[in-house]
Amino acid sequence: MWDALVRVGRALRLVLLLTLALLFLVPFYLLVRNGLAREEDITAPDWTFFPGEVRWSNLSELFQDPTVPMARALLNSSLIAVATTLGTLLLASLAGYGLARIPYRHADAVFYAILGTLMVPAAVTFVPSFVLVSTLGWISTLRGLIIPTLFSAFACFVFRQYFLGFPKELEDAARVDGLGYWRVFWRVVAPNSRPVFAAVGSIVFIGSWNSFLWPLVIGQDRDSWTVQVALSTFTTAQTVRIHELFIAAAVSVLPLLVVFLLLQRHIVAGVERSGIDD
Amino acid sequence: MRWRPRAPAGPQNRTLWFWLFVGPFVLGLLVFTYVPLGWSVYLSFFDAHNTVSPSREDFVGLDNYAAMLRDDAFTDSLRTFAVFTAFIVPATYALALALALMVNRLRWWQAFFRSVFFLPVACSYVVAALIWKMSIFNGVRFGLANTVLGRFGGEQIAWLSTTDPPWYWLVIVTVRLWLQAGFYMLLFLAGLQRIPPRLYEAAAVDGARPGWQVFRHITFPQLRATSVAVVLLLVVNAFQAFDEFYNLLSDARGYPPYARPPLVYLYYTALGQGQNLGLGSAGAVILALVIGVVTVVQARWFGLGRKEEV
Repeated sequence: MWDALVRVGRALRLVLLLTLALLFLVPFYLLVRNGLAREEDITAPDWTFFPGEVRWSNLSELFQDPTVPMARALLNSSLIAVATTLGTLLLASLAGYGLARIPYRHADAVFYAILGTLMVPAAVTFVPSFVLVSTLGWISTLRGLIIPTLFSAFACFVFRQYFLGFPKELEDAARVDGLGYWRVFWRVVAPNSRPVFAAVGSIVFIGSWNSFLWPLVIGQDRDSWTVQVALSTFTTAQTVRIHELFIAAAVSVLPLLVVFLLLQRHIVAGVERSGIDD
Repeated sequence: MRWRPRAPAGPQNRTLWFWLFVGPFVLGLLVFTYVPLGWSVYLSFFDAHNTVSPSREDFVGLDNYAAMLRDDAFTDSLRTFAVFTAFIVPATYALALALALMVNRLRWWQAFFRSVFFLPVACSYVVAALIWKMSIFNGVRFGLANTVLGRFGGEQIAWLSTTDPPWYWLVIVTVRLWLQAGFYMLLFLAGLQRIPPRLYEAAAVDGARPGWQVFRHITFPQLRATSVAVVLLLVVNAFQAFDEFYNLLSDARGYPPYARPPLVYLYYTALGQGQNLGLGSAGAVILALVIGVVTVVQARWFGLGRKEEV
Protein backbone atom coordinates (compact mmCIF):
# COMPACT_ATOMS: atom_id res chain seq x y z
CA MET A 1 0.00 0.00 0.00
CA TRP A 2 2.69 2.48 1.06
CA ASP A 3 4.91 1.41 -1.82
CA ALA A 4 2.12 1.96 -4.29
CA LEU A 5 1.52 5.45 -2.92
CA VAL A 6 5.18 6.31 -3.24
CA ARG A 7 5.18 5.07 -6.81
CA VAL A 8 2.09 7.11 -7.70
CA GLY A 9 3.69 10.14 -6.07
CA ARG A 10 6.83 9.69 -8.10
CA ALA A 11 4.87 9.34 -11.33
CA LEU A 12 2.86 12.46 -10.53
CA ARG A 13 6.04 14.38 -9.85
CA LEU A 14 7.46 13.32 -13.19
CA VAL A 15 4.28 14.36 -15.01
CA LEU A 16 4.36 17.72 -13.25
CA LEU A 17 8.03 18.21 -14.10
CA LEU A 18 7.47 17.36 -17.75
CA THR A 19 4.53 19.78 -17.94
CA LEU A 20 6.58 22.57 -16.38
CA ALA A 21 9.52 21.79 -18.65
CA LEU A 22 7.24 22.10 -21.69
CA LEU A 23 5.87 25.42 -20.40
CA PHE A 24 9.43 26.67 -19.91
CA LEU A 25 10.35 25.68 -23.46
CA VAL A 26 7.27 27.11 -25.22
CA PRO A 27 8.62 30.70 -25.36
CA PHE A 28 11.79 29.43 -27.06
CA TYR A 29 9.66 27.53 -29.53
CA LEU A 30 7.57 30.64 -30.26
CA LEU A 31 10.75 32.61 -30.87
CA VAL A 32 11.93 30.18 -33.53
CA ARG A 33 8.45 29.49 -34.91
CA ASN A 34 7.70 33.17 -35.50
CA GLY A 35 11.21 33.85 -36.73
CA LEU A 36 10.87 31.28 -39.47
CA ALA A 37 7.24 31.97 -40.35
CA ARG A 38 5.64 34.21 -42.95
CA GLU A 39 4.25 37.42 -41.54
CA GLU A 40 0.70 36.26 -42.44
CA ASP A 41 1.15 33.14 -40.33
CA ILE A 42 2.13 35.13 -37.26
CA THR A 43 -0.78 37.52 -37.50
CA ALA A 44 -3.31 35.00 -38.79
CA PRO A 45 -6.71 35.18 -37.06
CA ASP A 46 -6.56 31.45 -36.38
CA TRP A 47 -3.37 30.88 -34.47
CA THR A 48 -1.85 27.47 -35.05
CA PHE A 49 0.94 25.78 -33.22
CA PHE A 50 2.74 24.89 -36.46
CA PRO A 51 2.86 27.62 -39.08
CA GLY A 52 2.14 26.77 -42.70
CA GLU A 53 5.62 27.20 -44.03
CA VAL A 54 9.16 27.27 -42.61
CA ARG A 55 11.07 30.10 -44.26
CA TRP A 56 14.81 30.00 -43.74
CA SER A 57 15.11 32.97 -46.11
CA ASN A 58 13.90 35.20 -43.26
CA LEU A 59 17.41 34.93 -41.91
CA SER A 60 19.11 36.33 -45.00
CA GLU A 61 16.37 38.97 -45.41
CA LEU A 62 17.12 40.18 -41.92
CA PHE A 63 20.72 40.95 -42.71
CA GLN A 64 19.83 42.54 -46.07
CA ASP A 65 17.18 44.87 -44.66
CA PRO A 66 18.78 48.33 -44.47
CA THR A 67 16.23 49.59 -41.93
CA VAL A 68 17.45 47.06 -39.33
CA PRO A 69 21.10 47.62 -38.31
CA MET A 70 21.34 44.03 -37.16
CA ALA A 71 24.89 43.22 -38.26
CA ARG A 72 26.23 46.39 -36.69
CA ALA A 73 24.30 45.78 -33.46
CA LEU A 74 25.60 42.20 -33.27
CA LEU A 75 29.14 43.45 -33.77
CA ASN A 76 28.72 46.10 -31.07
CA SER A 77 27.24 43.61 -28.63
CA SER A 78 30.02 41.11 -29.30
CA LEU A 79 32.77 43.68 -28.84
CA ILE A 80 31.20 45.00 -25.66
CA ALA A 81 30.50 41.59 -24.15
CA VAL A 82 33.97 40.21 -24.91
CA ALA A 83 35.79 43.32 -23.71
CA THR A 84 33.64 43.58 -20.59
CA THR A 85 34.19 39.93 -19.77
CA LEU A 86 37.97 40.01 -20.25
CA GLY A 87 38.37 43.32 -18.44
CA THR A 88 36.19 42.29 -15.53
CA LEU A 89 38.03 38.99 -15.16
CA LEU A 90 41.41 40.72 -15.11
CA LEU A 91 40.51 43.52 -12.70
CA ALA A 92 38.34 41.47 -10.37
CA SER A 93 40.69 38.48 -10.14
CA LEU A 94 43.69 40.68 -9.31
CA ALA A 95 41.68 42.58 -6.70
CA GLY A 96 40.22 39.39 -5.29
CA TYR A 97 43.66 37.83 -4.98
CA GLY A 98 45.14 40.91 -3.32
CA LEU A 99 42.30 41.03 -0.83
CA ALA A 100 42.54 37.33 -0.06
CA ARG A 101 46.28 36.84 0.08
CA ILE A 102 48.37 40.00 0.55
CA PRO A 103 48.44 41.07 4.19
CA TYR A 104 47.69 44.78 4.49
CA ARG A 105 46.51 46.72 7.52
CA HIS A 106 43.46 48.29 5.90
CA ALA A 107 42.49 45.35 3.72
CA ASP A 108 39.22 44.87 5.61
CA ALA A 109 38.23 48.50 5.15
CA VAL A 110 38.95 48.25 1.42
CA PHE A 111 36.93 45.05 1.22
CA TYR A 112 33.91 46.64 2.91
CA ALA A 113 34.14 49.68 0.66
CA ILE A 114 33.91 47.30 -2.31
CA LEU A 115 31.16 45.18 -0.76
CA GLY A 116 29.18 48.31 0.08
CA THR A 117 28.69 49.05 -3.61
CA LEU A 118 26.81 45.75 -3.93
CA MET A 119 24.20 47.29 -1.65
CA VAL A 120 23.89 50.31 -3.95
CA PRO A 121 21.68 49.03 -6.74
CA ALA A 122 23.57 49.83 -9.93
CA ALA A 123 20.40 50.96 -11.67
CA VAL A 124 19.82 53.71 -9.11
CA THR A 125 23.07 55.42 -10.10
CA PHE A 126 22.21 55.55 -13.79
CA VAL A 127 21.36 59.25 -13.73
CA PRO A 128 24.70 60.43 -12.27
CA SER A 129 26.62 57.80 -14.24
CA PHE A 130 25.03 59.09 -17.40
CA VAL A 131 26.04 62.59 -16.33
CA LEU A 132 29.61 61.47 -15.71
CA VAL A 133 29.91 59.64 -19.02
CA SER A 134 28.47 62.58 -20.92
CA THR A 135 30.92 64.92 -19.17
CA LEU A 136 33.73 62.70 -20.36
CA GLY A 137 32.32 62.90 -23.87
CA TRP A 138 31.78 59.16 -24.01
CA ILE A 139 28.12 59.11 -25.09
CA SER A 140 27.57 56.73 -28.02
CA THR A 141 31.12 55.38 -27.83
CA LEU A 142 32.32 51.88 -27.13
CA ARG A 143 34.44 53.34 -24.32
CA GLY A 144 31.33 54.68 -22.62
CA LEU A 145 29.53 51.38 -23.04
CA ILE A 146 32.42 49.25 -21.74
CA ILE A 147 34.67 51.01 -19.23
CA PRO A 148 32.12 52.04 -16.58
CA THR A 149 30.82 48.46 -16.42
CA LEU A 150 34.19 46.84 -15.77
CA PHE A 151 34.24 47.20 -11.99
CA SER A 152 31.97 44.44 -10.75
CA ALA A 153 31.96 44.14 -6.96
CA PHE A 154 30.15 40.83 -7.39
CA ALA A 155 32.99 39.35 -9.49
CA CYS A 156 35.61 40.67 -7.06
CA PHE A 157 33.72 39.13 -4.17
CA VAL A 158 33.46 35.73 -5.85
CA PHE A 159 37.20 35.74 -6.67
CA ARG A 160 38.15 36.73 -3.10
CA GLN A 161 36.03 33.93 -1.63
CA TYR A 162 37.54 31.47 -4.07
CA PHE A 163 41.17 32.51 -3.46
CA LEU A 164 40.65 32.33 0.32
CA GLY A 165 40.03 28.63 -0.20
CA PHE A 166 42.90 28.11 -2.65
CA PRO A 167 45.47 25.60 -1.26
CA LYS A 168 48.27 27.66 0.26
CA GLU A 169 50.87 24.90 -0.10
CA LEU A 170 50.97 25.39 -3.87
CA GLU A 171 51.77 29.07 -3.49
CA ASP A 172 54.28 28.46 -0.70
CA ALA A 173 56.27 26.12 -2.92
CA ALA A 174 56.49 28.81 -5.59
CA ARG A 175 57.33 31.41 -2.96
CA VAL A 176 60.27 29.32 -1.77
CA ASP A 177 61.51 29.30 -5.34
CA GLY A 178 61.75 33.08 -5.09
CA LEU A 179 58.64 34.17 -6.97
CA GLY A 180 56.86 37.35 -5.90
CA TYR A 181 53.11 37.85 -5.62
CA TRP A 182 52.81 38.87 -9.26
CA ARG A 183 54.41 35.78 -10.70
CA VAL A 184 52.90 33.42 -8.16
CA PHE A 185 49.52 34.73 -9.27
CA TRP A 186 50.13 34.34 -13.00
CA ARG A 187 52.13 31.12 -12.95
CA VAL A 188 50.56 29.14 -10.15
CA VAL A 189 47.24 30.55 -8.99
CA ALA A 190 45.54 31.67 -12.21
CA PRO A 191 46.33 28.53 -14.25
CA ASN A 192 44.93 26.39 -11.44
CA SER A 193 41.75 28.43 -11.13
CA ARG A 194 40.29 27.97 -14.60
CA PRO A 195 36.84 26.83 -13.38
CA VAL A 196 36.19 29.98 -11.37
CA PHE A 197 37.37 32.15 -14.27
CA ALA A 198 35.00 30.27 -16.58
CA ALA A 199 32.13 30.60 -14.12
CA VAL A 200 32.53 34.32 -13.46
CA GLY A 201 33.32 34.91 -17.13
CA SER A 202 30.15 33.28 -18.37
CA ILE A 203 27.98 35.06 -15.81
CA VAL A 204 29.54 38.42 -16.76
CA PHE A 205 29.20 37.62 -20.47
CA ILE A 206 25.50 36.77 -20.13
CA GLY A 207 24.89 39.88 -18.04
CA SER A 208 26.71 42.12 -20.50
CA TRP A 209 25.04 40.68 -23.60
CA ASN A 210 21.60 41.01 -22.03
CA SER A 211 22.03 44.38 -20.33
CA PHE A 212 19.59 46.98 -21.52
CA LEU A 213 19.27 50.14 -19.43
CA TRP A 214 22.92 51.21 -19.68
CA PRO A 215 23.24 50.68 -23.46
CA LEU A 216 19.85 52.38 -23.92
CA VAL A 217 21.04 55.44 -22.02
CA ILE A 218 24.59 55.62 -23.40
CA GLY A 219 24.20 54.23 -26.92
CA GLN A 220 22.18 57.04 -28.43
CA ASP A 221 23.42 56.96 -32.00
CA ARG A 222 22.10 54.23 -34.22
CA ASP A 223 25.68 53.11 -34.87
CA SER A 224 26.29 52.39 -31.21
CA TRP A 225 23.13 50.35 -30.61
CA THR A 226 23.56 46.95 -29.05
CA VAL A 227 21.35 44.04 -30.07
CA GLN A 228 19.05 44.58 -27.11
CA VAL A 229 18.60 48.28 -27.83
CA ALA A 230 18.00 47.62 -31.52
CA LEU A 231 15.36 45.00 -30.74
CA SER A 232 13.70 47.22 -28.19
CA THR A 233 13.59 50.16 -30.57
CA PHE A 234 11.75 48.05 -33.09
CA THR A 235 9.39 46.49 -30.54
CA THR A 236 8.31 49.85 -29.21
CA ALA A 237 8.22 51.64 -32.55
CA GLN A 238 6.58 48.80 -34.48
CA THR A 239 8.06 49.87 -37.77
CA VAL A 240 9.70 46.56 -38.54
CA ARG A 241 8.11 43.53 -40.03
CA ILE A 242 7.19 41.18 -37.21
CA HIS A 243 8.79 37.99 -38.51
CA GLU A 244 12.04 39.91 -38.95
CA LEU A 245 11.84 41.09 -35.37
CA PHE A 246 11.50 37.50 -34.20
CA ILE A 247 14.32 36.11 -36.30
CA ALA A 248 16.50 38.97 -35.03
CA ALA A 249 15.60 38.08 -31.44
CA ALA A 250 16.36 34.42 -32.11
CA VAL A 251 19.74 35.37 -33.56
CA SER A 252 20.43 37.48 -30.47
CA VAL A 253 19.78 34.56 -28.13
CA LEU A 254 21.91 32.10 -30.07
CA PRO A 255 25.39 33.19 -28.88
CA LEU A 256 24.28 32.91 -25.28
CA LEU A 257 22.82 29.47 -25.75
CA VAL A 258 26.18 28.37 -27.15
CA VAL A 259 28.07 29.90 -24.21
CA PHE A 260 25.50 28.42 -21.89
CA LEU A 261 25.67 24.89 -23.26
CA LEU A 262 29.47 24.89 -23.41
CA LEU A 263 29.97 26.27 -19.92
CA GLN A 264 26.86 25.08 -18.14
CA ARG A 265 28.69 23.03 -15.54
CA HIS A 266 30.92 25.95 -14.66
CA ILE A 267 28.02 28.36 -14.39
CA VAL A 268 26.24 25.99 -12.03
CA ALA A 269 29.41 25.45 -10.00
CA GLY A 270 30.11 29.17 -9.99
CA VAL A 271 26.67 30.10 -8.74
CA GLU A 272 26.88 27.42 -6.08
CA ARG A 273 30.33 28.52 -5.03
CA SER A 274 29.70 32.23 -5.14
CA GLY A 275 28.71 32.07 -1.50
CA ILE A 276 25.79 34.44 -1.98
CA ASP A 277 23.53 31.93 -0.31
CA ASP A 278 25.78 31.36 2.69
CA MET B 1 64.31 47.65 -14.79
CA ARG B 2 62.94 44.44 -13.32
CA TRP B 3 60.84 44.08 -10.26
CA ARG B 4 61.97 41.14 -8.30
CA PRO B 5 60.79 41.20 -4.75
CA ARG B 6 62.40 38.54 -2.62
CA ALA B 7 60.15 36.29 -0.67
CA PRO B 8 58.96 36.84 1.94
CA ALA B 9 58.19 40.42 1.05
CA GLY B 10 58.53 42.93 3.86
CA PRO B 11 55.56 44.96 5.16
CA GLN B 12 56.46 47.97 2.98
CA ASN B 13 56.59 45.80 -0.09
CA ARG B 14 53.38 44.10 0.82
CA THR B 15 51.52 47.39 0.94
CA LEU B 16 52.86 48.26 -2.48
CA TRP B 17 51.87 44.86 -3.88
CA PHE B 18 48.45 45.06 -2.29
CA TRP B 19 47.72 48.32 -4.10
CA LEU B 20 49.14 47.02 -7.36
CA PHE B 21 46.61 44.19 -7.27
CA VAL B 22 43.63 45.98 -5.74
CA GLY B 23 44.32 49.58 -6.80
CA PRO B 24 43.02 49.57 -10.39
CA PHE B 25 39.76 47.99 -9.32
CA VAL B 26 39.24 50.36 -6.39
CA LEU B 27 40.09 53.35 -8.56
CA GLY B 28 37.46 52.33 -11.11
CA LEU B 29 34.89 51.80 -8.40
CA LEU B 30 35.64 55.25 -7.00
CA VAL B 31 35.30 56.93 -10.38
CA PHE B 32 32.30 55.01 -11.71
CA THR B 33 30.30 54.31 -8.56
CA TYR B 34 31.27 56.59 -5.69
CA VAL B 35 31.69 59.76 -7.75
CA PRO B 36 28.31 59.34 -9.52
CA LEU B 37 26.68 58.69 -6.16
CA GLY B 38 28.14 61.87 -4.67
CA TRP B 39 27.36 63.81 -7.81
CA SER B 40 23.79 62.58 -7.71
CA VAL B 41 23.32 63.82 -4.16
CA TYR B 42 24.87 67.18 -5.17
CA LEU B 43 22.67 67.57 -8.26
CA SER B 44 19.56 66.74 -6.28
CA PHE B 45 19.86 70.11 -4.48
CA PHE B 46 19.88 72.11 -7.71
CA ASP B 47 17.45 73.13 -10.38
CA ALA B 48 19.48 71.38 -13.04
CA HIS B 49 17.80 71.23 -16.43
CA ASN B 50 19.89 69.82 -19.19
CA THR B 51 23.09 70.61 -17.29
CA VAL B 52 25.36 68.68 -14.97
CA SER B 53 27.16 71.68 -13.49
CA PRO B 54 24.43 74.04 -12.25
CA SER B 55 25.45 77.50 -11.13
CA ARG B 56 25.11 78.76 -7.58
CA GLU B 57 21.84 80.62 -8.25
CA ASP B 58 20.21 77.35 -9.16
CA PHE B 59 20.55 75.97 -5.65
CA VAL B 60 17.09 75.00 -4.46
CA GLY B 61 17.81 73.09 -1.26
CA LEU B 62 15.30 70.34 -0.63
CA ASP B 63 12.76 71.60 -3.17
CA ASN B 64 13.42 68.72 -5.56
CA TYR B 65 12.78 66.22 -2.80
CA ALA B 66 9.57 67.97 -1.82
CA ALA B 67 8.47 68.10 -5.44
CA MET B 68 9.17 64.40 -5.96
CA LEU B 69 7.35 63.36 -2.81
CA ARG B 70 4.35 65.51 -3.79
CA ASP B 71 4.42 64.17 -7.36
CA ASP B 72 1.61 61.66 -7.68
CA ALA B 73 3.30 59.94 -10.59
CA PHE B 74 6.40 59.27 -8.49
CA THR B 75 4.57 58.07 -5.39
CA ASP B 76 2.38 55.97 -7.67
CA SER B 77 5.53 54.41 -9.09
CA LEU B 78 6.63 53.45 -5.58
CA ARG B 79 3.23 51.89 -5.03
CA THR B 80 3.56 50.05 -8.34
CA PHE B 81 6.83 48.67 -7.10
CA ALA B 82 5.27 47.55 -3.82
CA VAL B 83 2.48 45.71 -5.65
CA PHE B 84 4.94 44.16 -8.09
CA THR B 85 7.16 42.96 -5.23
CA ALA B 86 4.18 41.54 -3.38
CA PHE B 87 3.46 39.38 -6.43
CA ILE B 88 6.85 38.48 -7.80
CA VAL B 89 8.78 37.67 -4.61
CA PRO B 90 6.47 34.98 -3.18
CA ALA B 91 5.74 33.59 -6.65
CA THR B 92 9.41 33.21 -7.61
CA TYR B 93 10.30 31.91 -4.16
CA ALA B 94 7.64 29.21 -4.28
CA LEU B 95 8.30 28.16 -7.86
CA ALA B 96 12.09 28.07 -7.45
CA LEU B 97 11.86 26.05 -4.25
CA ALA B 98 9.34 23.64 -5.75
CA LEU B 99 11.50 23.12 -8.83
CA ALA B 100 14.60 22.55 -6.70
CA LEU B 101 12.84 20.02 -4.49
CA MET B 102 11.46 18.11 -7.45
CA VAL B 103 14.69 18.15 -9.45
CA ASN B 104 16.88 17.31 -6.47
CA ARG B 105 15.27 13.89 -5.91
CA LEU B 106 15.45 12.78 -9.51
CA ARG B 107 17.81 9.94 -10.16
CA TRP B 108 17.71 10.16 -13.94
CA TRP B 109 17.21 13.21 -16.11
CA GLN B 110 18.28 15.55 -13.34
CA ALA B 111 20.73 17.42 -15.58
CA PHE B 112 18.09 17.69 -18.31
CA PHE B 113 15.43 19.27 -16.13
CA ARG B 114 17.94 21.51 -14.41
CA SER B 115 19.09 22.81 -17.79
CA VAL B 116 15.57 23.37 -19.09
CA PHE B 117 14.56 25.41 -16.05
CA PHE B 118 17.84 27.34 -16.09
CA LEU B 119 17.76 28.01 -19.84
CA PRO B 120 15.62 31.20 -19.68
CA VAL B 121 18.44 32.83 -17.67
CA ALA B 122 20.26 33.06 -21.01
CA CYS B 123 17.38 35.05 -22.46
CA SER B 124 17.23 38.84 -22.13
CA TYR B 125 14.27 40.78 -20.78
CA VAL B 126 14.02 42.50 -24.16
CA VAL B 127 13.62 39.21 -26.03
CA ALA B 128 11.29 37.75 -23.40
CA ALA B 129 9.15 40.89 -23.46
CA LEU B 130 8.97 40.62 -27.24
CA ILE B 131 7.71 37.03 -27.06
CA TRP B 132 5.21 37.87 -24.34
CA LYS B 133 3.98 41.06 -25.97
CA MET B 134 3.80 39.96 -29.60
CA SER B 135 3.14 36.27 -29.42
CA ILE B 136 1.64 35.00 -26.18
CA PHE B 137 -0.37 37.93 -24.88
CA ASN B 138 -0.79 39.68 -28.16
CA GLY B 139 -3.63 42.10 -28.71
CA VAL B 140 -7.00 40.65 -29.39
CA ARG B 141 -6.89 38.04 -32.10
CA PHE B 142 -3.70 36.25 -32.81
CA GLY B 143 -2.02 35.61 -29.47
CA LEU B 144 -1.40 32.19 -27.97
CA ALA B 145 -3.19 33.06 -24.73
CA ASN B 146 -6.31 34.28 -26.51
CA THR B 147 -6.31 31.28 -28.82
CA VAL B 148 -6.22 28.95 -25.82
CA LEU B 149 -8.93 31.02 -24.12
CA GLY B 150 -11.03 30.84 -27.26
CA ARG B 151 -10.80 27.04 -27.31
CA PHE B 152 -12.38 27.00 -23.87
CA GLY B 153 -15.01 29.50 -24.92
CA GLY B 154 -13.47 32.43 -23.05
CA GLU B 155 -13.64 36.07 -24.01
CA GLN B 156 -10.74 37.62 -25.89
CA ILE B 157 -8.65 39.89 -23.71
CA ALA B 158 -6.48 42.89 -24.61
CA TRP B 159 -3.90 41.86 -22.07
CA LEU B 160 -1.61 44.86 -21.93
CA SER B 161 -4.19 47.60 -22.17
CA THR B 162 -6.87 46.25 -19.85
CA THR B 163 -6.58 48.06 -16.54
CA ASP B 164 -9.80 46.84 -14.94
CA PRO B 165 -9.14 44.11 -14.02
CA PRO B 166 -5.39 44.78 -14.35
CA TRP B 167 -4.55 41.94 -16.70
CA TYR B 168 -1.19 43.54 -17.53
CA TRP B 169 0.09 42.37 -14.15
CA LEU B 170 -0.27 38.76 -15.29
CA VAL B 171 1.93 39.51 -18.30
CA ILE B 172 4.55 41.39 -16.29
CA VAL B 173 4.78 38.85 -13.48
CA THR B 174 4.99 35.80 -15.74
CA VAL B 175 7.85 37.24 -17.82
CA ARG B 176 10.01 37.75 -14.78
CA LEU B 177 8.95 34.45 -13.25
CA TRP B 178 10.03 32.60 -16.38
CA LEU B 179 13.31 34.48 -16.63
CA GLN B 180 14.52 34.24 -13.04
CA ALA B 181 13.00 31.12 -11.44
CA GLY B 182 15.78 28.89 -12.81
CA PHE B 183 18.53 30.96 -11.26
CA TYR B 184 16.99 30.80 -7.79
CA MET B 185 16.26 27.10 -8.26
CA LEU B 186 20.02 26.70 -8.60
CA LEU B 187 20.64 28.49 -5.31
CA PHE B 188 18.11 26.23 -3.60
CA LEU B 189 19.70 23.14 -5.15
CA ALA B 190 23.06 24.26 -3.74
CA GLY B 191 21.42 24.72 -0.34
CA LEU B 192 19.78 21.29 -0.51
CA GLN B 193 23.12 19.61 -1.25
CA ARG B 194 24.54 21.06 1.94
CA ILE B 195 21.96 19.47 4.22
CA PRO B 196 23.71 16.59 6.04
CA PRO B 197 22.12 13.24 5.10
CA ARG B 198 22.30 12.11 8.73
CA LEU B 199 19.49 14.55 9.56
CA TYR B 200 17.20 12.66 7.20
CA GLU B 201 18.36 9.34 8.59
CA ALA B 202 17.62 10.52 12.12
CA ALA B 203 14.18 11.70 11.02
CA ALA B 204 13.48 8.31 9.43
CA VAL B 205 14.48 6.57 12.67
CA ASP B 206 12.13 8.86 14.60
CA GLY B 207 9.34 7.77 12.28
CA ALA B 208 8.84 11.01 10.38
CA ARG B 209 6.97 10.29 7.19
CA PRO B 210 8.81 11.34 4.05
CA GLY B 211 7.09 14.28 2.41
CA TRP B 212 5.46 17.11 4.26
CA GLN B 213 6.75 16.25 7.76
CA VAL B 214 10.36 15.93 6.70
CA PHE B 215 10.09 19.08 4.62
CA ARG B 216 8.59 21.09 7.46
CA HIS B 217 10.89 19.97 10.23
CA ILE B 218 14.17 19.39 8.43
CA THR B 219 14.47 20.64 4.85
CA PHE B 220 12.79 24.00 5.25
CA PRO B 221 14.57 25.05 8.47
CA GLN B 222 17.90 23.94 7.00
CA LEU B 223 17.31 26.14 3.96
CA ARG B 224 16.90 29.22 6.14
CA ALA B 225 20.17 30.89 5.15
CA THR B 226 19.47 30.27 1.45
CA SER B 227 15.92 31.55 1.83
CA VAL B 228 17.08 34.79 3.41
CA ALA B 229 19.54 35.42 0.59
CA VAL B 230 16.98 34.53 -2.09
CA VAL B 231 14.31 36.86 -0.67
CA LEU B 232 16.86 39.66 -0.33
CA LEU B 233 18.03 39.28 -3.93
CA LEU B 234 14.44 39.05 -5.19
CA VAL B 235 13.39 42.25 -3.45
CA VAL B 236 16.44 44.24 -4.57
CA ASN B 237 16.02 42.99 -8.14
CA ALA B 238 12.32 43.85 -8.12
CA PHE B 239 13.21 47.40 -7.06
CA GLN B 240 15.40 47.69 -10.13
CA ALA B 241 12.74 46.49 -12.52
CA PHE B 242 12.99 48.42 -15.76
CA ASP B 243 13.58 46.24 -18.80
CA GLU B 244 10.35 44.27 -18.98
CA PHE B 245 8.10 47.18 -18.01
CA TYR B 246 9.69 49.45 -20.60
CA ASN B 247 9.61 46.86 -23.36
CA LEU B 248 6.14 45.52 -22.64
CA LEU B 249 4.25 48.75 -22.13
CA SER B 250 5.94 51.63 -23.87
CA ASP B 251 5.41 52.30 -27.54
CA ALA B 252 5.93 55.10 -30.03
CA ARG B 253 3.38 57.20 -28.15
CA GLY B 254 5.20 56.89 -24.82
CA TYR B 255 4.36 55.03 -21.65
CA PRO B 256 0.87 54.48 -20.26
CA PRO B 257 0.16 56.08 -16.85
CA TYR B 258 -0.32 52.72 -15.13
CA ALA B 259 2.29 50.12 -14.11
CA ARG B 260 5.16 52.56 -14.14
CA PRO B 261 7.87 51.49 -11.69
CA PRO B 262 10.28 54.08 -10.17
CA LEU B 263 13.13 53.48 -12.58
CA VAL B 264 10.95 53.91 -15.65
CA TYR B 265 9.60 57.15 -14.21
CA LEU B 266 13.09 58.41 -13.38
CA TYR B 267 14.29 57.47 -16.84
CA TYR B 268 11.64 59.67 -18.44
CA THR B 269 12.17 62.47 -15.90
CA ALA B 270 15.95 62.68 -16.17
CA LEU B 271 16.62 61.66 -19.75
CA GLY B 272 13.30 62.33 -21.45
CA GLN B 273 12.14 65.58 -22.96
CA GLY B 274 12.70 67.81 -19.94
CA GLN B 275 16.14 66.43 -19.05
CA ASN B 276 15.46 67.43 -15.48
CA LEU B 277 18.58 66.00 -13.87
CA GLY B 278 17.99 67.70 -10.51
CA LEU B 279 14.55 66.09 -10.07
CA GLY B 280 15.79 62.80 -11.45
CA SER B 281 18.69 62.74 -9.01
CA ALA B 282 16.43 63.56 -6.07
CA GLY B 283 14.19 60.66 -7.12
CA ALA B 284 17.21 58.36 -7.42
CA VAL B 285 18.39 59.32 -3.94
CA ILE B 286 14.92 58.71 -2.49
CA LEU B 287 14.77 55.36 -4.25
CA ALA B 288 18.24 54.42 -2.95
CA LEU B 289 17.19 55.34 0.59
CA VAL B 290 14.01 53.28 0.31
CA ILE B 291 15.99 50.29 -0.97
CA GLY B 292 18.56 50.74 1.79
CA VAL B 293 15.92 50.85 4.53
CA VAL B 294 14.04 47.85 3.14
CA THR B 295 17.29 45.88 2.86
CA VAL B 296 18.43 46.68 6.40
CA VAL B 297 15.01 46.02 7.95
CA GLN B 298 14.74 42.77 6.08
CA ALA B 299 18.26 41.69 7.02
CA ARG B 300 17.50 42.42 10.68
CA TRP B 301 14.14 40.72 10.49
CA PHE B 302 15.50 37.49 9.06
CA GLY B 303 18.84 37.70 10.83
CA LEU B 304 21.03 37.79 7.75
CA GLY B 305 24.48 36.43 8.35
CA ARG B 306 23.43 34.45 11.38
CA LYS B 307 24.92 31.02 10.88
CA GLU B 308 22.84 27.92 11.19
CA GLU B 309 23.81 25.42 13.81
CA VAL B 310 24.11 22.06 12.18
